[in-house]
Amino acid sequence: MSDMRTPLAKVRGLGSAKDGTTHFWRQRITAVANVFLISFFVILVIALQGADYASFTQALQNPVIATLLLLVILVGCLHMKLGMQVIIEDYIHSEGLKLLLVMGNIFFASIIALSSVVAVLKISFGG
Amino acid sequence: MAEFQLPKNSRMGEGKVWPKPEGATNTREYRIYRWSPDDGRNPRIDTYYVDADECGPMVLDALIYIKDKVDPTLTFRRSCREGICGSCAMNIDGTNTLACTKGADECSNEIVKIYPLPHMPVVKDLVPDLTRFYAQHRSIEPWLKTTTPEPEKEWLQSYEDRQKLDGLYECILCACCSTSCPSYWWNGDRYLGPAILLQAYRWLIDSRDEATGERLDNLEDPFRLYRCHTIMNCSQACPKGLNPAKAIAEIKKMMVERRV
Repeated sequence: MSDMRTPLAKVRGLGSAKDGTTHFWRQRITAVANVFLISFFVILVIALQGADYASFTQALQNPVIATLLLLVILVGCLHMKLGMQVIIEDYIHSEGLKLLLVMGNIFFASIIALSSVVAVLKISFGG
Repeated sequence: MAEFQLPKNSRMGEGKVWPKPEGATNTREYRIYRWSPDDGRNPRIDTYYVDADECGPMVLDALIYIKDKVDPTLTFRRSCREGICGSCAMNIDGTNTLACTKGADECSNEIVKIYPLPHMPVVKDLVPDLTRFYAQHRSIEPWLKTTTPEPEKEWLQSYEDRQKLDGLYECILCACCSTSCPSYWWNGDRYLGPAILLQAYRWLIDSRDEATGERLDNLEDPFRLYRCHTIMNCSQACPKGLNPAKAIAEIKKMMVERRV
């Protein structure tokens, strides 16, 4: 019976994962990067407001804009993945469901990131 | 999943309204959580009236008044009555605090509502079961750890290094902060909570301790430490005016510092 374990045994559980700082540090780095990247993205959207498709593709063919936009996508999606994982770990207490959701979260963020990257590259290279 | 509703057998109902003290002109109303493991009933809120002229100024004085003069079955912990033992920690007027240092007239509402510390198993009435909390404290090994042979007299510490313990050593382990933390509510089985992390930092920052790395290893865990999302309820609740949130942030800084 698990209830016959001592309180200390329960608290020590499976021991320390000796991990978590990587997640924490990446979340902070991406948050700081996003201050600049999302500002750039907002400015880009405002600048392209009302523009036709030709001027939009022309803007994206600028390597600086394309690079920054790729960073917006990659850094943004990584930040989203890290944040969502924390929410899942906070609120989902059934181990099986938690595992599935953490996995699904990685798949979702990867698909969003990579499909967006392909779209930007396609436009950027004149596709 | 996180639970957003109390389990059926924990839902509260209206309890008994106890008579007003005879001849009293200055009474204060108290609504107090009651639950006994012996009667099989759901928790209920009893209403008491305390003669403010016959009672000391603190909420603990009112509880003692009720136990002495109205209802001897009312159960709560108390000992020092001066904010140093942490026994009378409970939720008063919506905040976790010590009944002995909370003045009845400090409450924002005319009617003083008192509940046990939130999200802990209840032993009876206002007495929470803090077994896990104490085990968590034990798990951080809250004592000086050294490898160097003990000096003949004592371990020396500079004045500046001693000052680093100010704001940490005063913690009385009343659990007001930990039980005010939503992260501790949802994940208290794996997250150590603000009180224990403040204690952990007290040993991490002690210049005499030689096990800093080992202590950090023990804390480095997505749940033990990193469930803290800087909600800050802990610092707001602490009846001793300490800042557990800052201590946790310092631990996180140490974690980054040793790898960057």
